[in-house]
Amino acid sequence: MKFTTMLKMASATAVVAAMTSGAYADSHVHPETGEKLAADQTFTYRLLDGIPTLDPQLNEDVSGSDIIRDLFEGLLNQDAEGNLIPGVAESWEASEGNTVYTFNLRDDAKWSNGDPVTAGDFVYAWRRAADPATASPYAWYMDLMSIENGSEVVAGEKDPSELGVEAVDDKTLRVKLTSALPYFASMVTHATTFPTHQATIEEHGDSWTRPENMVSNGAYKLTEWVLNERTVRERNEMYWNNEDTILDKVVTLVINDENVALTRYRAGELDKTEVPAGQYPALEEEMPDEAHSFPRLCNYYYTFNLSDKGPEAFKDVRVRKALAYAVDRKVITDQVLQGGQFEAYTFTPAATAGFEVPDVDFAGMTQAERDAKAKELLAEAGYGSDNPLQFDMLYNTSEGHKKIAVAMSQMWKQKLGVEATLANMEWKTFLETRGNQDFELARGAWCGDYNEASTFLDLVTTPSGYNDGKYSNAEVDELMVAAKTSDNPQDNYTRVEQILAEEMPVIPVYHYAGVIMLKDNLKGWPFENVEQNWYSRDLYKVAE
Amino acid sequence: MIAKSEKMDALAENIVEQHAIKGRSLWQDAMARFVRNKAAVVSVVVLALITILSFVGPLFAPWDYETIDWGTMGNAATLGYPSIATGHYFGTDDLGRDIFARTLQGTQISLTVGFLGAAVAVVVGTLYGAISGYVGGTTDNIMMRIVDLLLSVPYMFVLILLLVVFGRSLQMLFVGIGLFAWMDMARIVRGQTLSIKNKEFIEAAIASGVGSFTIIMRHVVPNLLGVVIVYASLLVPSLILTESFISFLGLGVQEPLTSWGALINEGAKTMQYGVIWQLGFPLAFFIVGLFCFFFIGDGLRDALDPKDR
Amino acid sequence: MFSFIVRRVGYAIPTLLILIIASFLLMYAAPGGPFTTERALPPEVLKNIEARYGLNDPLPVQIWNYIWNIVTNFDFGPSFKYRDRSVNDIISQGFPVTLTYGIWSFIFAVVVGLTLGIVAAIRHNTAMDYTAVGISISAQVLPNFVMAPILVLIFTLGLFRLTDGQYYLPGGGWNGGQIEYVIMPVIALSTSYMANIARLARSSMLEVLNSNFIRTAKAKGLSERKVILKHALKPALMPVISYLGPAFVGMATGSVVVDMYFSTGGMGQYFVNSAFNRDYSVMMGITILIGVLTITFNMIVDIVYAWLDPRIRLS
Repeated sequence: MKFTTMLKMASATAVVAAMTSGAYADSHVHPETGEKLAADQTFTYRLLDGIPTLDPQLNEDVSGSDIIRDLFEGLLNQDAEGNLIPGVAESWEASEGNTVYTFNLRDDAKWSNGDPVTAGDFVYAWRRAADPATASPYAWYMDLMSIENGSEVVAGEKDPSELGVEAVDDKTLRVKLTSALPYFASMVTHATTFPTHQATIEEHGDSWTRPENMVSNGAYKLTEWVLNERTVRERNEMYWNNEDTILDKVVTLVINDENVALTRYRAGELDKTEVPAGQYPALEEEMPDEAHSFPRLCNYYYTFNLSDKGPEAFKDVRVRKALAYAVDRKVITDQVLQGGQFEAYTFTPAATAGFEVPDVDFAGMTQAERDAKAKELLAEAGYGSDNPLQFDMLYNTSEGHKKIAVAMSQMWKQKLGVEATLANMEWKTFLETRGNQDFELARGAWCGDYNEASTFLDLVTTPSGYNDGKYSNAEVDELMVAAKTSDNPQDNYTRVEQILAEEMPVIPVYHYAGVIMLKDNLKGWPFENVEQNWYSRDLYKVAE
Repeated sequence: MIAKSEKMDALAENIVEQHAIKGRSLWQDAMARFVRNKAAVVSVVVLALITILSFVGPLFAPWDYETIDWGTMGNAATLGYPSIATGHYFGTDDLGRDIFARTLQGTQISLTVGFLGAAVAVVVGTLYGAISGYVGGTTDNIMMRIVDLLLSVPYMFVLILLLVVFGRSLQMLFVGIGLFAWMDMARIVRGQTLSIKNKEFIEAAIASGVGSFTIIMRHVVPNLLGVVIVYASLLVPSLILTESFISFLGLGVQEPLTSWGALINEGAKTMQYGVIWQLGFPLAFFIVGLFCFFFIGDGLRDALDPKDR
Repeated sequence: MFSFIVRRVGYAIPTLLILIIASFLLMYAAPGGPFTTERALPPEVLKNIEARYGLNDPLPVQIWNYIWNIVTNFDFGPSFKYRDRSVNDIISQGFPVTLTYGIWSFIFAVVVGLTLGIVAAIRHNTAMDYTAVGISISAQVLPNFVMAPILVLIFTLGLFRLTDGQYYLPGGGWNGGQIEYVIMPVIALSTSYMANIARLARSSMLEVLNSNFIRTAKAKGLSERKVILKHALKPALMPVISYLGPAFVGMATGSVVVDMYFSTGGMGQYFVNSAFNRDYSVMMGITILIGVLTITFNMIVDIVYAWLDPRIRLS
């Protein structure tokens, strides 16, 4: 067969496919905006890596969650701004001082096999998540939600049936909490809490998540899943709001390299991909309607090792401050990343809901003042050209991390004469090394589990599982415990941020921006949603 | 390069030794044949120039391999182009670091990896093969079984694991890469040893009471030199290629050090963004370097291959 | 022949055993485990997971269970990373992909490589020879992680723009193995093998053409064509054939770069990712698969060799 014939055949099939589906969608316009809809309602986007699991209770992966939110529907959803809107639950109320939540489920919610979605399905799923036999790496989420007996069930001390969640009747779900969590309702938009279909799981075991076995209750159902290559999800006719769903089909393609993904985006193979670091300005100029940058709920920092294993030099707050001051964050956001990221002087991103960025002293200075102060502090601490400060700087292998580490080490070298040796490690080795405090200065980053400042500031408390620098300050711990039940936790957060600026256990570097390319005919993307919880059923493609 | 000059010394020494043993100027013959091969001679010259440049060049470069040019940083496509005026003869990378200095630095690392890796392989392979072939019998059988076993190991995989387990360091890279290349060497050497073993001069040595190890080192190994040199000259470029693959996986040398493979890999990623010099210059060094090695290897084989005589 | 095969298989079993045990130990020596995550798992959660995968047993017990499951059930265990897949699932999905690329690449490499090599040898020291040598060395020194993006820029982006989106080759993926998805990976995968074959074929052909029996044949007045086809070709192919075994295994187990770059879902991706993910069972499965393939193909090469060259006996 000739090269050209082959290609023609391939495109001919595509044309035929487009024509057949066109007959249906051609006459449609968007019900609210009146835009003319494209014939082909297929959305294709890039995934960095293969999806480890599509089981809601086992998932711990952001890109897995994106798919699971389409396949399953939890009690509540988020709208384009991140506000809570009804999902399977039509309404909910909190009682007994926010320790009991009652959800009223809608009548018309169905599984893809036609079964009704009941409160029992949620009870089953939540128990399943906590059950040691399920061995979910996200079991701790049940504990985080403060559900009664949650931690005991996870630890195997109590039977899963004792978990504080019950089906009052088929359409009423009641949850008992151990403490009054003001943001509990927002936590049930998370994939771990989505219902699963007991009969299917019991019949198929681990392989229930395969396309041929899966029964789901979301707007889409899984039709193809080739590991590390693609997934396809298509409209679920049984979904209660199927009529308002516009996209017919959503395809993910695994493309490991972001530069390859961009090439394929340009060749029309993808509708959405991430912008490689440093390429946003050029792409924005070339395709202003397609390049987007918006704030995300993530921070990026370097943490000092303050444990006993850490270097003596970092025990001196003047050294920590000097290093933090000498980092020119503007260079990193504007010259290295160039994607609309934000210079960070606090640990918590400004985009966090209800969080007011407190005044910290070094945020107000100019970089020249900060540099001068840094030199002064380091000299006070006894380091200079005759006695240069030396340490290792640990980060995990990645193009972006490398660039930032190189830039920071050169800033320190040129401004302060500090010799930072770069050490990059592949991911697991990095985690192990950092987790065992076998480092001096290490990269860290955190994306909020929920949209509230405590998801970040909890990390610098003594008991946090992610406090790898082992920073410990009794006042911070107390403030954060008090914030959990406080009506106005902002004061506590302000105080904690000020303490952090004073003691500088970590060097905040920048706060994330989502930087993506999105085809201009794809509408409805929730740029305002800082958690980037998006639902394919809100998206649609307009005709060119 | 150290390894290179050692090899040349050894070569010179053996010209003398061979002369004494065989009474025939075999090495001079080979040398003459090699010199007649224009491609090979040119390659030797070019490679020597590259090597010298990689050590001398940095002295004349206005930028070193790690210093960031803050003015060009982040604007490589518009400001970081190759230019005599800015002192970035080969342009800069995305971070504003000088590609000229980095290419030369990478050249040093890549050549070192190639030569030291090959040296490890040659030493281990020759000794192993010579001992196996000379001792013979059950020992030979067992030793060759082990080689067969090792050859069926997916070695890239083990190399990745080794780099993960023992951490990444230059030494690990040399040893890791070299240790996986000696098996073929051992097989070839063994074959040659088997045929040398029955020669009269070995029998004479045995008759005069020389110990086995001395015979291997003094009489067997020198006679294997031709094969070893040819094989080693082909091994160097293949090890450089292996290193470039390791860099592709992100397991190569630590920043700010670099290598041909690491530079090319970065350049290949950015080539669609109008900064083709980031790929072009390192790739040119890489390709020219490897071409030279292949031509030298071919030249050496033609010169030393007994069948051609 | 039969006793030869029996003996080789007899050797293969201890070889594989040692391979399994050695990789197992090396794997466990690597820092971190399959369940090392960014936020350290609470100990009770980790305990539940480890219990599920039998990771809390002593190491010798784990190795024994692993081997026992393979021998009795041909079960290579569950993947630690991909929750609903077993290693058998992953291999049976990934291997056909890689094998398809491998077979096409093999055919391409052998046909083009042999042609280049033989033509170069026959026209020794002519422009054609130099061109062939030039092509083969270039193909060998251009790493495939440079070749792949160049191919994509030309055949995906370039063709897309030139033809206004009418014709182009997709820049990656497998998509059920449609031919336009296969072309670029095959080129990227096969060129270095092709170059090796060309170089081997050229040098051995040159050697044969200079040998006495060819000179005799020529002296007898046989045509060049006849000399080459009847007398020179077979001995000249011998060294190439011994290279084909490892070459085929190399191509059939997938180039890591090609699978990663084109995101084919083939074995090459798992090869590297399983090591980085500490997905122990997948790592073991692939090691064993490649070990078995290597041993098998080396054996086949030896048999073919003996069949072609009557001087060699399978002993």
